[in-house]
Amino acid sequence: MSRYVIKRLAQAVGVLWAAYTVSFLVLDFLPGDPVSAMAGAGADSAEIDPAQLAALRHQYGFDKPVLVQYADYLGRAVRGDFGDSVSTGRAVTATLTDALPQTLQLTGAALLLAVVIGGGLAVLATYTRQRWLRQLLLSLPPLGVSVPTFWVGLVLVEAFSFRLRWFPAFGNDGLRGLVLPAVTLAVPTGALVAQVLAKSLLTALDQAYVETARAKGAGRWRIHLRHALRNASLPALTVVGLLVGQLIAGAVVVETVFSRDGLGRVTAAAVTAQDIPLVQGVVVFGALIFVLSNLIVDLVYPLLDPRIVVASSRKASFA
Amino acid sequence: MTAHPDSRSSRWAALAALLTTSLLLTACGSSSGESANGTGQATSGGTLTFAVGSDSGCVDPQQVGSNDTIYSVRQVVDSLTDQDPETGKIVPWLAKSWDVSSDATTFTFHLRSGVTFSDGSPLTAQVVKENFDAVPKLGALGILAQGYLSGVASTTAVDKLTVRVKFKEPNAQFLQATSTHSLGIESSASVKKTPQQKCSQGVAGSGPFVLKQYVQNRSITLAKRSGYDWGSSLWSKKGEAYLDKLVFKVVPEAGVRAGSLQSGQVDAISSVGKANEATLKGGQVTLQRRANPGVVFGLGLNNSRPILKDTKVRQAIRYAIDRQQIADTVFPTGTQPATSVLAHTTPDYENLSSDLSYDAAKAKSLLDSAGWKAGGDGIRSKNGTKLSLTVKWFTNAATNQPALELIQQQLKSVGIDLVLKELQITQIAQVNQSGDFDGLWGNVTRADPDILRSSYSTKLANWYRVPASELDSVLAQQAATTDAAKRKQLVGEAQKLIVQNAHTVPVVELQTQLGVSKKVHNLDFDASSRIQLHDTWIG
Repeated sequence: MSRYVIKRLAQAVGVLWAAYTVSFLVLDFLPGDPVSAMAGAGADSAEIDPAQLAALRHQYGFDKPVLVQYADYLGRAVRGDFGDSVSTGRAVTATLTDALPQTLQLTGAALLLAVVIGGGLAVLATYTRQRWLRQLLLSLPPLGVSVPTFWVGLVLVEAFSFRLRWFPAFGNDGLRGLVLPAVTLAVPTGALVAQVLAKSLLTALDQAYVETARAKGAGRWRIHLRHALRNASLPALTVVGLLVGQLIAGAVVVETVFSRDGLGRVTAAAVTAQDIPLVQGVVVFGALIFVLSNLIVDLVYPLLDPRIVVASSRKASFA
Repeated sequence: MTAHPDSRSSRWAALAALLTTSLLLTACGSSSGESANGTGQATSGGTLTFAVGSDSGCVDPQQVGSNDTIYSVRQVVDSLTDQDPETGKIVPWLAKSWDVSSDATTFTFHLRSGVTFSDGSPLTAQVVKENFDAVPKLGALGILAQGYLSGVASTTAVDKLTVRVKFKEPNAQFLQATSTHSLGIESSASVKKTPQQKCSQGVAGSGPFVLKQYVQNRSITLAKRSGYDWGSSLWSKKGEAYLDKLVFKVVPEAGVRAGSLQSGQVDAISSVGKANEATLKGGQVTLQRRANPGVVFGLGLNNSRPILKDTKVRQAIRYAIDRQQIADTVFPTGTQPATSVLAHTTPDYENLSSDLSYDAAKAKSLLDSAGWKAGGDGIRSKNGTKLSLTVKWFTNAATNQPALELIQQQLKSVGIDLVLKELQITQIAQVNQSGDFDGLWGNVTRADPDILRSSYSTKLANWYRVPASELDSVLAQQAATTDAAKRKQLVGEAQKLIVQNAHTVPVVELQTQLGVSKKVHNLDFDASSRIQLHDTWIG
């Protein structure tokens, strides 16, 4: 077990390093640079003295060779110092940890909704004997996956904020402000959960052990929830691990539509301004969350299925 | 992992989509409220909530260049002078009077007494000197502010309330510059902070409001400064502001801003585009508009390119553009086509609409006489060279692309091929310096005609590679003229030279459009088409 965890941690470090390096290279290849972005901000097309730009570039170290910059950044990042944001001058770590709770609230609520609603939908769709109801329920996940989050958010705001006035259209204030963004973010995620779970539930219900349980006189609900769902939830659990990544990405859109503070907004702003240190911080941070959540998912498997032993290297490839 | 919907489930999906859409349509169909424009007595108190589209990450007036942030930080500082938005005239604010030397190199300001900053320190000539000494050091962090003070020789505190600013060269624009937010005066303690500290913590000013809280990307909250008694001579209310509190919320989505205003969640919003006008019409909302002063939106031509060296080609482009159509199709209602290189709200603007008329036949005959013959594909050519020009543009305004695509069509009909190249705003400095463009789409907001010298004098940066001509001396003379009538005449002449020689092709004025709830009164534009909120009240 501990050997397995150590191996996974080593993998995690590799993933983080790769994420860091790739994002650094991509940002370096982009035309323009953060200094002209900062200087040009909002000043129409006003003239900027090249000498002043050069001075600013020097101050931030953007005039050094790329490899030197990379080594500098990486050396400090290893020690947990991602430097200061170019556009705001604030420490990157402080900016991220300030934004994190807001995004955790949002993604946590969305994940909960997604699992409860998506899971409930899958169970109901596979349980019902009404053909039309099953078809209706099973048609919802593809729809949920295919509508753009942006559009869902705007429709919800229009209906429940501007017309019915039940919820605020923007901001981070309280539980009421969380409802619409969480629902918006839960739509594509819940749809994926429902799709995967419904499919594996249907597969599970065809298995021999279901026959056996039925022959032993177990009720339909019991078979469905105790026997089939338990087996069917493994693929869904894998998806939930991956969904954490999707949720963080979705937060960029949802936080923009609902004007919420959080990692997503920080990301959007940082990319627009080509704020290299901040983007790097966001990437590593996102990768860290993703790696951790998938590690947790891996460790949860044996609780659901005693046949899976995490120590065996064969099963480690499961995730 | 993804399940493939079969044909039956996609039918259901279509139905569900239809249901959702009709819900949306019903929601849109129900119109709300009738107008109730109560013009009662002005009352003090209350909170104004203003939704803006962006946060520039900085709350220091001397460093901020984006309107969305200027709206709030402007209220924190006072300026030496103010500018009348109607006449463009410079009037007293923190300076009760001033003298300008006849060669426009020396400016002496006589300050009001009894003015204090929100940190309790008094306004003195020494503080103004500290401000003007610090601004040039901001460099690229405070482009607007340091540009106004470029060429400064010295600032001296003559006595406690007299400050003298000397320039190396004549610099008539400086008087107007002292009225801007960029040269707003900050307390001595604030000036001594680093630019980064001023950005994140804000500054102590002497303005009618004080910064209470700044949460990045979320909100800027200001509170009324009690005891404020040194307002601009333009303001109708004496003493303190009416409103107790101003809250600026950052709401990036334009549709959400408009809906929030209409449903009463905010009192005013910035940057209302054409797409959101319909939502706001007929409700409890007034759309307030004013053209931004300065150089209008247009094609800044690179005058040194082989094709564009020929004045006739440049003039043909000028004639081939139907400005009215562009203003009406792409821009918010009320946007005016360009009638000069300067917007009509700029002081000393000269109406040159006859030079900027649309005349495709004239454009064609000019191109014919310049030797550009129509080819088979509709694009003209000369000695094997196609009449093809590359226009670079930046993604900083939603109207840029549709406007340019329309211009592309219009030019094509006279045989000019326009290639549009989209760039990020981060690349602007690079493009300017390299000169690697035929045309650049852009504008510059400035409420002083000296912006013509910054943009077109060959003695300065000269990004548009204009050849040296009599224009240089006209531009230099207007910068050295303190006589208002004389300067107006010179600025008029400069506009004529630029427009008639088509050094640039003016297209359309940039209009600032705000949505304001009808219960909000006297939310007024200043001379730079930004806002002052001292006189604003809710009732």
